[in-house]
Amino acid sequence: MPDAVGDSQAGPAAPPRRVRPRARPVPPRADAQTIIAIFAGGALGTVARAALAEAFPHAATAWPWPTFAVNIVACLLLGYFVTRLQERLPLSSYRRPLLGTGVCGGLSTFSTMQVEVWQMLSAHAYALAACYTMASIAAGYAALHLATALVRRVPVRRVSVRTGGARR
Amino acid sequence: MSALVWAAVILVGGAGSVLRFYVDGLVSAASGRDFPYGTLAVNLSGAVVLGLLAGLALGHDAALLAGTAAVGSYTTFSTWMLETQRLTEERQHRRAAANIAVSMVLGVAAAALGRLIGGAL
Repeated sequence: MPDAVGDSQAGPAAPPRRVRPRARPVPPRADAQTIIAIFAGGALGTVARAALAEAFPHAATAWPWPTFAVNIVACLLLGYFVTRLQERLPLSSYRRPLLGTGVCGGLSTFSTMQVEVWQMLSAHAYALAACYTMASIAAGYAALHLATALVRRVPVRRVSVRTGGARR
Repeated sequence: MSALVWAAVILVGGAGSVLRFYVDGLVSAASGRDFPYGTLAVNLSGAVVLGLLAGLALGHDAALLAGTAAVGSYTTFSTWMLETQRLTEERQHRRAAANIAVSMVLGVAAAALGRLIGGAL
């Protein structure tokens, strides 16, 4: 990632820097493996969400269970995956793109929720819109927090020594 | 519902996720790491497009592909929550609350705007 942004820790006697050219947005550098992993995970998550939405259609003024369910499950999974990958497992180049960006990103959806809330509001179902919004945010946040805490409860295994074929 | 439609859902869903990765990365690189602008940009732009699609009165398969598969996979609820939760862990409570409030208020406004544009088309 570029280095020219977010460096606000100038010393007390830092000279005024204003000639520095603005960092041009750099597209995220990604190798083929990362892109394939995101694509595969995203496809999987999307199919699961689409199948659920097709199986349980709902009226505009009814609780959108399919969207609600996929969003909360995706939060649970993302909290688990990200915490485990960042704090417990050795570095992996494809797991985060596959499981986090791909599966969880594809499974969850923000836009559908916004359109659902807007439809509730335009149908004057204000209480439903408020409940749905607050329940989604509270449950999503709680799911993420819970999954993160559960992963952190498991102690870190210090070093897994490979003994070159020797068995314990 | 044909197998062809579901094959298309798979491809479109994968592509939407890859597009999210690029847009998020571009916006994050341009705006710094203090606030999750990348996800905000993805989610708001997706809400406009999905609102627009809702105003177009598409057929069932077209709505499934363009709406549920493409825009649905492009936007993300889980990353929005992850970034909010991580901001809270770093004791950035104001930014975490702003991330929720700004996304929700502008998200519904974006959906309404898209619906308005879609209805006018």
